Amino acid sequence: MHMADALIAPTVGLTMFAASGIAAGYSVYKVRLEENTKKVPMMAVMGAFVFAVQMLNFTIPGTGSSGHLCGGFLLSAILGPYAGFLSMIVVLLTQGLFFADGGLLALGANVWNMAFYGCFLGYFCFYRPIMKKGFTPLKLGIASVLGCMITLQFGAFSVVLETLASGITELPFKAFLLTMQPIHLAIGLVEGLITAAVLIFIYYARPEILTNDEMKANVFSLKKVVLTMAVAAVVCAAGISLVASSNPDGLEWSMEQVAGSTELEDSGDGAYEVAAGIQDKTAILPDYALKNSDNAAGTSLSGIVGAGIVALVCVGCCFGFGFFRKRQKKANA
Amino acid sequence: MSKIDSAIYEIHDMDDMAAMDNPIAALHPLVKMFITIFYILIVVSFNPYQLSRMIPMIFYPVFVFAASGVGFFRGMKKLRVILPLVCLIGIINIFFDKTPVTMIGNVVVTGGVLSALTITLKGVLAVLASFLLIATTGIDKICYAMSMLHVPKIIVLQFSLTYRYITLLLEEANIIFQAYILRAPKQKGVHYKVWGPLVGQLLLRSMDRANALYDSMVLRGYKGAFYVGDKIKIRGIDMAYGLIWALVFLLIRNVNITQLLGGAII
Repeated sequence: MHMADALIAPTVGLTMFAASGIAAGYSVYKVRLEENTKKVPMMAVMGAFVFAVQMLNFTIPGTGSSGHLCGGFLLSAILGPYAGFLSMIVVLLTQGLFFADGGLLALGANVWNMAFYGCFLGYFCFYRPIMKKGFTPLKLGIASVLGCMITLQFGAFSVVLETLASGITELPFKAFLLTMQPIHLAIGLVEGLITAAVLIFIYYARPEILTNDEMKANVFSLKKVVLTMAVAAVVCAAGISLVASSNPDGLEWSMEQVAGSTELEDSGDGAYEVAAGIQDKTAILPDYALKNSDNAAGTSLSGIVGAGIVALVCVGCCFGFGFFRKRQKKANA
Repeated sequence: MSKIDSAIYEIHDMDDMAAMDNPIAALHPLVKMFITIFYILIVVSFNPYQLSRMIPMIFYPVFVFAASGVGFFRGMKKLRVILPLVCLIGIINIFFDKTPVTMIGNVVVTGGVLSALTITLKGVLAVLASFLLIATTGIDKICYAMSMLHVPKIIVLQFSLTYRYITLLLEEANIIFQAYILRAPKQKGVHYKVWGPLVGQLLLRSMDRANALYDSMVLRGYKGAFYVGDKIKIRGIDMAYGLIWALVFLLIRNVNITQLLGGAII
């Protein structure tokens, strides 16, 4: 699943570098907080371990073929998600630089596709929730197989999006997706089974290894998550909307090709005029700008207002579906 | 040679090349790193139909191979990992993009053929540039350049240690795998019944080794800080080297040199 430099456009490569860089920066911060000097040599040796295991071929029963381990999920199960993520970055950097597997520009994309999902999504969505009430071999097996299969699906999907966004292949989106996803489902299953076998062996041989620092500090702060998401939404809405392209989006472009205009023309019937009238009176920020103004501040303001409306709708839905009530009941119990 | 033996050989080979004394190795690692990244950025920025415009980018790897004395075929060997995938993506374009672009004699060249060739050339040049950076710089100087760029120390130290321990753990994995193969000669890979014990044993040994490594580091005064060694100054010649190549890359990116040369001759 390694992306090569030749398969990625500079903009996509640098964007993925920035995204992976943010995740790496946060991971460095979290690992530093632990103030555990032993962690770095452990991470280094575990990175080298994953590299060595990747060289082994594992026979897939009943197929006559063999698969190999990627290692992100295994590393995060043993070292914790943050230290595991940093170890995977180094493994991918070494592969890219010394074995030409990947590349310098594609490093950000590879880290995102193979390390981010495996370490963070795999750990926080599968490993930790499933192991919350203690370890059993069955739970280790379920978490590993589900975690590896689903995170690899995300990784494969990201590869499709990055390649298409780079404009490298003429392969249609659907065909590319249908090529990538099923094969990575099988690869994910094999990886999950290998990971499960190793974790179950460790469970019987040295169970204390499986309880990493992140498992001990099993704290989930809803306030922190909401605050982080709110800040991220405001930054994206206000900052990124300033540099948003004024070119038509995909749908508008398609319309322009078919109808010669990015917007529907007034067909003369009453319904269009009534709807346009209502929109004109109710829209606070028509065309993403302040009324009677087309400056950048209006665009940013519309971004913030939009993000706020989306947040309100989400919170409303959560209340509607009783999400907070369930959490409160659990907390009270 | 097994996959693991081949990986160990490649690591030692890269170390030997990096230890060679040549004019490129003497340049500042940060300058070489910047130039390599800039080169790759420029190479991948050409659109799929700009094959002729991109051809002069070959000058850079040719120059570095010649000046450093690094074996050309060693670099070409690195292409075996990534080139099949790059070629596959290129070949797919031949079937989907049949727009005629130009003619060579009576043969019509389609957009797909042109983009397939461009993608393949991009793949070759990007891999060769990365290879030449490592072959003329080495891991310690790369780590030094990373620390100059303020990459977090934890990542730099980990990169350096992981690299050192890869060979050791590869040899350990090789011993375990060889022992297994001798006992199960008809197996194509590791049988599923021993996936856990085989890899688990290697993992436990690795963790014990990590503990031993930590103890030895502490005995030598390790307190979590990373020291990169003597400071390497950026000299005038380093700056000139970087600046000249950057200008050459920009020139090639903005002026169709191939067409100019062809036009001058015809």
